[in-house]
Amino acid sequence: MDYTLLLIQVLNGLQLGVLLFLVASGLTLIFGILDFVNLAHGSIYMLGAFICASLTYALDSYLFAVILSLPIIAIIGYVFEIFLARPLYARDHLDHVLGTFGAILVIDTIAHLIWGPAGIAIPIPNYLDGQIMISENIEIPTFRLLIIVVGLIAAFGLLWLVNFTKLGMLIRAGASNRTMVAALGIDIRTLFAIVFAIGATLAGIAGMLIAPITEASLGMGNNIIITAFVVIIVGGIGSVKGAFVAALLIGLIDTLGRSFLDDLFKVFMSTAAAENSAPAISSMSIYLMMALILSFKPKGLFPPRLR
Amino acid sequence: MKKVLATIIFCNFLISSVFAADIKVGFVTTLTTPAAVIGEDMKNAVNLALEHLNGKAGTHNIEVVFGDDGFAPDTGKQVTDRLLKQDKVDIISGYIWSHVLLASRKSVLDAGKILISSNAGPSQIASKLCHENFFSASWQNDQTPMAMGEVFNKDGIQSLYIMAPNYAAGKDMVAGIERTFKGQVVGKDLTKWGADAQLDFSAELAKAKVSGADGLFVFYPGAASGAFTKQYHQAGLKDMLPLYSVFTIDGISLPKLQAANFSGIVGSKVTQQWDPSLDNQANKRFVKDFKERFGKYPSFYAAQSYDTINMIASAVIAVDGDMSNLVGLRSALKSADYNSVRGKYSYGNNNFPIQNFYLREVVEDSDGNWTTEVIDTVLTNHQDPYAAECKLK
Repeated sequence: MDYTLLLIQVLNGLQLGVLLFLVASGLTLIFGILDFVNLAHGSIYMLGAFICASLTYALDSYLFAVILSLPIIAIIGYVFEIFLARPLYARDHLDHVLGTFGAILVIDTIAHLIWGPAGIAIPIPNYLDGQIMISENIEIPTFRLLIIVVGLIAAFGLLWLVNFTKLGMLIRAGASNRTMVAALGIDIRTLFAIVFAIGATLAGIAGMLIAPITEASLGMGNNIIITAFVVIIVGGIGSVKGAFVAALLIGLIDTLGRSFLDDLFKVFMSTAAAENSAPAISSMSIYLMMALILSFKPKGLFPPRLR
Repeated sequence: MKKVLATIIFCNFLISSVFAADIKVGFVTTLTTPAAVIGEDMKNAVNLALEHLNGKAGTHNIEVVFGDDGFAPDTGKQVTDRLLKQDKVDIISGYIWSHVLLASRKSVLDAGKILISSNAGPSQIASKLCHENFFSASWQNDQTPMAMGEVFNKDGIQSLYIMAPNYAAGKDMVAGIERTFKGQVVGKDLTKWGADAQLDFSAELAKAKVSGADGLFVFYPGAASGAFTKQYHQAGLKDMLPLYSVFTIDGISLPKLQAANFSGIVGSKVTQQWDPSLDNQANKRFVKDFKERFGKYPSFYAAQSYDTINMIASAVIAVDGDMSNLVGLRSALKSADYNSVRGKYSYGNNNFPIQNFYLREVVEDSDGNWTTEVIDTVLTNHQDPYAAECKLK
């Protein structure tokens, strides 16, 4: 096998993995701590992409657009929590699914009305538009490297926030035992709203990072939300560390499956059969992995203790 | 109160009797999901065609009922059934996607109605599943890439890397290129398609880059085209792996690519049976009015939809509005006796067009907008390769 290609594909897998982590970390916080199933998390990701796209054209700078989009997305998350999530906390999961599914339809339609069906391509500055030589024959697009770096910074920032700050302590306590935290006099409502806003911001960042590659388009959130759920289930619901490991694992398996499965299949079946079956199997690969991991660890890789 | 109610009912009656349409045409396209950008273009073209006809075919009013397939075969079939049973349309047309058309065709044909595809041309319907009541206003999927294959042979391309979405049309496109291309295909990737289509092609592009091919051939229609072109550009492949495409760089993606200033695609070449620069009267009027009304060039989807409505109108006139006269409708449609924007063409035994295919180049027009221009005729009066497998005479 060609090791240069393998290395490039590992970097590509890493890039997909960190994007998945940005979406899944918010989802796992909201699901784990608030016990709230938020299908509309993907819509926030989409809004991040669209808002950033509009601002990029308005300000003529991708960088400023991202900086300005962050607080906007955080506020959207905060408001979403107050008006949509809060009234649903006391209900069961089915109501959460119905409520947030409705929110997806509403947000998608609003986005369709504002931005049209066409999707928006985001121009990025020239210094991000080229390629970087990592070694003599390894070259990857600068922007993809940027995604990996920003994603890792956000990931370690979040791990630090959750593990080493007072807010993080409260978040972890909330994940373990919500009633006890409330009984100890913590304003659980504000804590929830803050968690929601953090989750929304992370998803928004993911949307802003992917938009220059795939464009901001309607329904882009619905594509990633299913995979994000796979990530949090494999990682253990409520665990940020689990989401990080699972996201990278899934990103790598998906990318490597897409790139090498047909070559692998050609070893023991005809070329035509390999070409037909490889795309089907590679799109299943992450679910196969989920089934495998859950059969050994039914609560995921890193389930939070004392739930 | 009673009086008011009576007036309302009377008014309703008045409205419905004034606007009652003689001929109802069902038009299935994609109006939601990112692919709605294609549906919108088609809808605009249909409405423009109706306007040019003053809403009439001869003395008969035409009303078009749009249906949304949601970019999914099951939804497409449901909306087709609804158009047939609830809206009671006389004829069904539209369909962007081959898999949607394949799922919906049986409903229409079993109901004894005429079915006209405005875009999709799956190989199955051109061969074994051909039907006397089915007509294509576009092409068979293989034909456009076949024309591209000839261009490769002429340009001396020896080896090729192919990328296409994994669905009925994607497979036809790959088959089409392999039919005429004489060189070697060194690699092939079929990617996930549908409402949750794969839009990040990093893994595939990395493979294509190391494959050492002379060229990269892709088929990424609709919203995927912008995403693909961008990533191709960002991966820095422009100078080492020239891009050739069908149905990817078109009237829909060009304005967006221009807004994001991807100058790399100016000069790139695509094959097609139609072009805004084609010199005939119907096309000139269509392109001029479309540009005036919607502020951009029509796409080939729009051109084919415009043709669809004109084709239906010509058949309605031929049978004088008697939509139960299937024999008359069929022979009128088969004669293709209307002013098509692609110029004159004819129908083969499987009711797919026998027509020219052109090589077009992306250029900047006098107003600075990016568009395409015909530079060569690749295939003349070309019939699809499946016609012999169709048992219709």
